[in-house]
Amino acid sequence: MRLSPLWQRRLAVFRAHRRGRLSLIIFGFVFVISMGANFIANDKPLLMDYRGQLYIPAIQPIAEATFDPAFLPTETDFTNPQVQAAIRAHGWMIWPPIPYRYDTIVWNAGAAAPSPPSWRNWLGTDEVSRDVVARVIYGLRLSILFGFGLTIVASIIGIVAGAVQGFYGGLTDLLFQRFIEIWSGMPQLFLLIILSSIIAPSFWVLLVFLLLFSWMTLTGVVRAEFLRARNIDYVRAAKALGVADWRIMLRHMLPNAMIATLTFLPFILSDSVTLLASLDFLGFGMPPGAPSLGELVAEAKDNLQAPWLGFTAFAVLGGVLILLIFIGEAVRDSFDPRKTQ
Amino acid sequence: MTLLTVDHLTLTAGAKTLVDDISFTVAAGETLAIVGESGSGKTLSALNVLNLLPPGIARPAGTVTLDGTDITTASPASLQKIRGGAAGMIFQEPMSSLNPLQRIGKQIAEAITLHEKLPRAAIRARVLTLLREVGLSDAERRMDDYPHLLSGGQRQRVCIAIALANNPKLLIADEPTTALDVTLEKQILDLIAREQKARGLGVLLITHDLSLVRRYANRVLVMDQGRAIETGPTAAIFANPTRPQTIRLLAARNFDPPPPANDAPVILEASHLNVRFPILRGILRRKIGEIAAVDDVSLTLRRGETLGLVGESGSGKSTISLLLLRLIAFQGSVLLDGQDLAKLSKRQLRAIRARLQIVFQDPYGSLAPRLTVRDIVGEGLSVHARNLDRDTRNARVAAVLREVGLPADAADRYPHEFSGGQRQRIAIARALILQPAILVLDEPTSALDVTVQAEILLLLRALQQRHGIAYLFISHDLNVIRALSHKIMVLNAGKVVEAGNAETVFANPQAPYTRTLLAAAGL
Repeated sequence: MRLSPLWQRRLAVFRAHRRGRLSLIIFGFVFVISMGANFIANDKPLLMDYRGQLYIPAIQPIAEATFDPAFLPTETDFTNPQVQAAIRAHGWMIWPPIPYRYDTIVWNAGAAAPSPPSWRNWLGTDEVSRDVVARVIYGLRLSILFGFGLTIVASIIGIVAGAVQGFYGGLTDLLFQRFIEIWSGMPQLFLLIILSSIIAPSFWVLLVFLLLFSWMTLTGVVRAEFLRARNIDYVRAAKALGVADWRIMLRHMLPNAMIATLTFLPFILSDSVTLLASLDFLGFGMPPGAPSLGELVAEAKDNLQAPWLGFTAFAVLGGVLILLIFIGEAVRDSFDPRKTQ
Repeated sequence: MTLLTVDHLTLTAGAKTLVDDISFTVAAGETLAIVGESGSGKTLSALNVLNLLPPGIARPAGTVTLDGTDITTASPASLQKIRGGAAGMIFQEPMSSLNPLQRIGKQIAEAITLHEKLPRAAIRARVLTLLREVGLSDAERRMDDYPHLLSGGQRQRVCIAIALANNPKLLIADEPTTALDVTLEKQILDLIAREQKARGLGVLLITHDLSLVRRYANRVLVMDQGRAIETGPTAAIFANPTRPQTIRLLAARNFDPPPPANDAPVILEASHLNVRFPILRGILRRKIGEIAAVDDVSLTLRRGETLGLVGESGSGKSTISLLLLRLIAFQGSVLLDGQDLAKLSKRQLRAIRARLQIVFQDPYGSLAPRLTVRDIVGEGLSVHARNLDRDTRNARVAAVLREVGLPADAADRYPHEFSGGQRQRIAIARALILQPAILVLDEPTSALDVTVQAEILLLLRALQQRHGIAYLFISHDLNVIRALSHKIMVLNAGKVVEAGNAETVFANPQAPYTRTLLAAAGL
């Protein structure tokens, strides 16, 4: 694919933006790590040799009875010392660097939970004696996936809504605008509290619910861009050719609106991450037990005597948000026609 | 007495030479015109006189002496005294050279107080005198108006008043009328000429319009690609140009009348067209009246014939073009091949759109910047000839690009890689690929340089002869209209003022408005 000179210039500006580039690299690293959470922090071995046969317990379910007929035919609990001994007798196991999952209870963490950082638990354990590093990695994965999901779907809906308003203008635009004004006045938090008393919020329920209110971010920008493009000659020429409305929007007008959209995207992403964290903090977010950064903040607040919780929560949340903002700034600059290299 | 001497001036941007070793002088009381196409370096040469060069442009050689001061070595303080003092400048676009947030009286007063300490009443009196002098009617009241309340011509008058505020010796006018209608153009240039006579000003007129040069300049300097290729008294250059570039520039204005169209069948008949915009007032946006943008206009087009629509801005000529394509709502009927466009449904309309195509004025705005030329030109086929396979479609795009005179590799490039004239050819190709019966040309040449203008006009004429397309040609430029039109319709404020055969109207205009237009265009 041949990049147009405009895109080449934008890439060059982005590359020249040191802070943004560095942030993107770090964020990419964090993203890859958290996506591979199952292989980095897990309470099952990555690879296991038992009686000459290779297993990958991290992804395949293995019944406990495999190792000793006296065990139950349930899913193997590899943290069980008896199981470990049975396996070691006839083979070997490779453990991930962090031998805990987000919900693994660390029984031998020492004194009362939350326990301070140690060689075994690098960032200590939380109030239910779960490893904080493992929870952070899984929490990041959840936050980032949730953020991306919300951002992408909300952007698509927002762009379509803005495009329709801007393209048709007139009464369509007027009614839609009034609808958005009323809709954005809805008390989101109250609705969420009411909702959580009716059904238990899960990842998907939360995503859909937050989507109802967050699609409006881009609508205004896209609408303005379409209103402007509506009277540009090439759009008129396309209309005069008889090109269908949707095709004009898609091929002729949308590319212009994409600049504003792409510039906004990292900021919307960081907003989504914050939104999820704050809901979790308030207790209206993910179901209890789910690895979430907001819940870590809440635990830190309840356990001020265990400062490692607070520091970790602050560093992780603050770090991710700062990275996203820096990437956003770099993207914004590279789309700014006045910025030169 | 020589006011301004520019000696062996060279301007560069990086490794590129923009102005190459030019020399000229302007004496008191004379007008020197610098003529050239866009990119020839004429504006830079003018900006250089007041040391107003944009950043990034260097002056490796040359001296500029203005009224005894060497500009190239002058201190910033003495430069500021010269700017607006010894030399005043008028720019092309009067709207953007005035501050929209300040009253015009204040802006003229500022020009005075920068150079002179005067009591307030004296300044006000002088502003008033200046405004009367530049012919702003009702100056007393107008001096407290904001720029947006004035018309384009009035704004340019205010700019001239600012330039004249401190009794300059030299007036630099950089395309002072390009943004104005022809009748205003004449008024503004007449004003400058009158001031020149009254004050003994030296005038440096930068323009691309040779008909202005012939009427207003004593001497001409022709620039081409940064070089001064020819200089001399206006009459001599016009009578007998020596350089090919000059000949081409001059030839671009002199067209033969178009070959006559034989009595062909009528293909478009539009009658009693009306477009009205409501005037809304108050919080409730009550309708208090209507503006008729197009007021009871009827026209017919025959196969292979060109109808020229002439008028100044606001005369409704572009509205007619949008109306015929049904891009805006209107009353009246438009019969194309016996079908009334006004009554067709959206689906029926789509089928008939291939018969009626348009080329717009601005070659930069009329091509989608993110599509390749192949996509732009081939779009019509993807709507009206869906069952074409890729090879046939590409072949047809290539054929039509060849026909409008574009290189074979143009199809895979993007619009920004082309010059204005080439872009206009792409726009013509886009309209042509559907083999339309009628082509609406909405000022297709007014954004182009004169020589490019001539090439496009020749292309259009050749296409008309080959395909028998009828043109509805819209322009404010009578020279261009004359080159292409068989019939003419003169519009003013949405009404038809005069209509008839082109030659008859040009030779013997009936309506007073037509005569004014012709006089302003120097025809």
